[in-house]
Amino acid sequence: MSIDPPTRPAPQRSTLIRLVLNSAPEEVRAAVQSVILQLDPVHLRPDERSTLELVLAEIVNNIAEHAYSGRPDGWIEISVRPQPDGISCRITDEGQAMPGGKLPSGLFQDLNVPTQDLPEGGFGWLLIKDLTRDLDYERRAGRNHLRFRMAIGGV
Amino acid sequence: MPLRQQKMGGALVLAVTDDRIDAVSSIRFKDEVAAAARGGPSQVVLDLSRVEFIDSSGLGAIVAVMKVLSPEQQLDLANLAPIVDKVFRLTRMDSVFAIYPDVQTAIRAHVD
Repeated sequence: MSIDPPTRPAPQRSTLIRLVLNSAPEEVRAAVQSVILQLDPVHLRPDERSTLELVLAEIVNNIAEHAYSGRPDGWIEISVRPQPDGISCRITDEGQAMPGGKLPSGLFQDLNVPTQDLPEGGFGWLLIKDLTRDLDYERRAGRNHLRFRMAIGGV
Repeated sequence: MPLRQQKMGGALVLAVTDDRIDAVSSIRFKDEVAAAARGGPSQVVLDLSRVEFIDSSGLGAIVAVMKVLSPEQQLDLANLAPIVDKVFRLTRMDSVFAIYPDVQTAIRAHVD
């Protein structure tokens, strides 16, 4: 899905991308792709775009699956603000709070087991924690607020 | 999710023609790959060259496929795009699957 960066003026780095969606899987897919397409290709390398797409997809799918228990009509808001050295994201929903009021551990699972015992899930938070910075969760006024940053332009 | 099937050498090569294996498509993906691989030869190679995006549900679906194969069958992966490869490395699932740069290499590496 890589797009050749067209010749265009310097990126508007502080432009906020804001999107509201429902918690249906098809809508999650479309919303995350829409955010990624709105990001300036001059600003982000292809690998940074696909990493951000992965992180957003993991977070929002988790909200749909767990905070809204698979209900397709839950309210979710994604805000993405590109900055010179990174991308700041905030994702808000009105579903159930995280268990224990905190982020899941996202620990490695034991893979040295017979094939039949291999885990088929639990990889989402591992990826999210690995690929983000300053990941922060807060339950406030009946809403879940998740914030993170992703560094860009690094080597 | 259409799957292109091909016999190559002694192996069954299943090429995924969709560009995503994600929360929307993972269940269908799992069912279709499992149905195609069942009763097949000892090596099944999943050609992911067309796949540009995979998330944790897609990864889980590939693990699930491996579980429904017979004990004599092996599921190998080939042609991973950088982001797909990254998902396998970060979750350490690259230690569970044999991952090859292309289908030919996967088939040559297989010992019955």
